[in-house]
Amino acid sequence: MTDWFRSLFTGESRTRDIALVLIGSLLLWEGCVWLFQPPAIILPAPSDIWQSFIATPGTFLRNMLYTLGTTALAFAISVALGVILAIGIVQSKFLERTVYTLLVAINSVPKVALAPLFVIWLGTGLEPKISVAVMLAIFPIVIDTVLGLRSVDPDMLNMARATRASKLDVLLKIRLPNALPSLFAGMKVAISFALVGAIVGEFVAGGKGLGFLVLTAQGQFDTTRVFVSLVLLGLMGTVLFYIVDIAERLALPWHVSQR
Amino acid sequence: MNATVRPVPYVAIANAGKVYPSSHGAVTALSDINLDIRPGEFISIVGPSGCGKSTLMKCVAGLETITGGTISVAGQPLSGPPDGMGVVFQRDVLLDWRTILDNVLLQAEFMGRPRAQYRDRAMQLLDRFGLGGFEKRHPWELSGGMRQRASICRALLCDPDLLLMDEPFGALDAMTRDDLNVELSRIWQGTNKTVLFITHSISEAVFLADRVVMMSRSPGRIVDVIDIDLPRPRSLSIRETPAFGAYTQCIRHHFAELGILQE
Ligand SMILES: Nc1ncnc2c1ncn2[C@@H]1O[C@H](COP(=O)(O)OP(=O)(O)OP(=O)(O)O)[C@@H](O)[C@H]1O
Ligand SMILES: [Mg+2]
Repeated sequence: MTDWFRSLFTGESRTRDIALVLIGSLLLWEGCVWLFQPPAIILPAPSDIWQSFIATPGTFLRNMLYTLGTTALAFAISVALGVILAIGIVQSKFLERTVYTLLVAINSVPKVALAPLFVIWLGTGLEPKISVAVMLAIFPIVIDTVLGLRSVDPDMLNMARATRASKLDVLLKIRLPNALPSLFAGMKVAISFALVGAIVGEFVAGGKGLGFLVLTAQGQFDTTRVFVSLVLLGLMGTVLFYIVDIAERLALPWHVSQR
Repeated sequence: MNATVRPVPYVAIANAGKVYPSSHGAVTALSDINLDIRPGEFISIVGPSGCGKSTLMKCVAGLETITGGTISVAGQPLSGPPDGMGVVFQRDVLLDWRTILDNVLLQAEFMGRPRAQYRDRAMQLLDRFGLGGFEKRHPWELSGGMRQRASICRALLCDPDLLLMDEPFGALDAMTRDDLNVELSRIWQGTNKTVLFITHSISEAVFLADRVVMMSRSPGRIVDVIDIDLPRPRSLSIRETPAFGAYTQCIRHHFAELGILQE
């Protein structure tokens, strides 16, 4: 027991350090609210946020699940579509000149501003939310995968050509594995973008989800409920990021970054 | 009729030239190369860095197109890489995501042949090159010499008629290098493979070859072809014989005359 207690303060542990910083911040926050007594509409205490959550946990969890579903689905679509697009761009000069150039151009447009358009086109269901999320998440996937597919050692391609390997073999056995590290780098950005897109979609299309909860709570000036939703969003974003991170470790044991 | 007197060359290079276009103007890497390689012959190419050895090999491999003259392999003018060829590159180019065995079997996969048929042969080759027990490892777990040996196994897997090797032992220590020279010599002896072997080392060239081709720089051209009339099989001790010394001295002398080597 004392060993365990001492180990809390010695040695190196990322989990322990993070937990200590988090608990410390929460205590500081709680203390400041207790000391300065700001109105709850400006800043609720962590304990109030917890109370608000356990008052209606079902509502929060149901909406969180909805946002999670939207994010996951949009992420999956972005990865599938993004990789296919990237392969097309690398294999065809025509697609590179047209699609890739356009994609890079569109990428510099603030895409969030396009979200209301999707509500007009697709209504207020799941579709506009997915569309906004895919629109945000697909860019890092395409751009990073194209880079990875292209940056193959020329001698490796020569080696394949010397055996008269088919184009498909070169794609599947050299280019794609070579692009995996870049694809994962893109996926780490894309998973956050998909979550942002899902929330923006819920802001403009309404109906369900944590984004919608934030909006309605704000309408009722219920700052505490806004905070509950934000905390849940933060948790979700972190967990999703680490899922991709773990997937990367499992998929790329051979890569320099993982050895 | 002629063919019965002199065998048809397996590789025929006639007046071949290669000019690389580049932003600093055209670079003439090869000029007026003439060389006939008989079937089953072992040819070493020596020459200073930048004289176009790699370029010549890539042209014979059909990986680069010549900008003048002709190259034919097995009687066919080249249009792309010929059939039944194995290439060992200057760097090992193994795939990091595959095990050593899978890297060797890649040759069969790329040539559209069933992996299962080549598994035993791959294991045999790995054994012969001292990589037995390492087949499940990944390239990044092996030393540079082991990686290069694996890439030689890959080139040999499908029993190529034509083997092209670009300074395969260039990065190895002298002892490993001697070892692999003997092994390569032995493997070649038992087959009738035609080999084009590029090296910086005069003694390695003489030790392995039936004929040594000397190249010189700017532009890359052949300055001399020397028949090596040493008995086979050759062991390392042959390097101490006067005949061997005479060959290396003759080549060194010739390079010195050209101002490439100092005597
Ligand atoms: N892709 C290329 N584009 C332009 N110039 C090239 C290219 N490849 C080679 N060269 C030039 O051709 C010449 C011969 O190069 P090559 O690689 O064949 O030399 P090498 O004899 O193999 O040298 P080393 O022994 O150092 O490997 C050099 O002057 C080089 O700069
Ligand atoms: Mg070279």
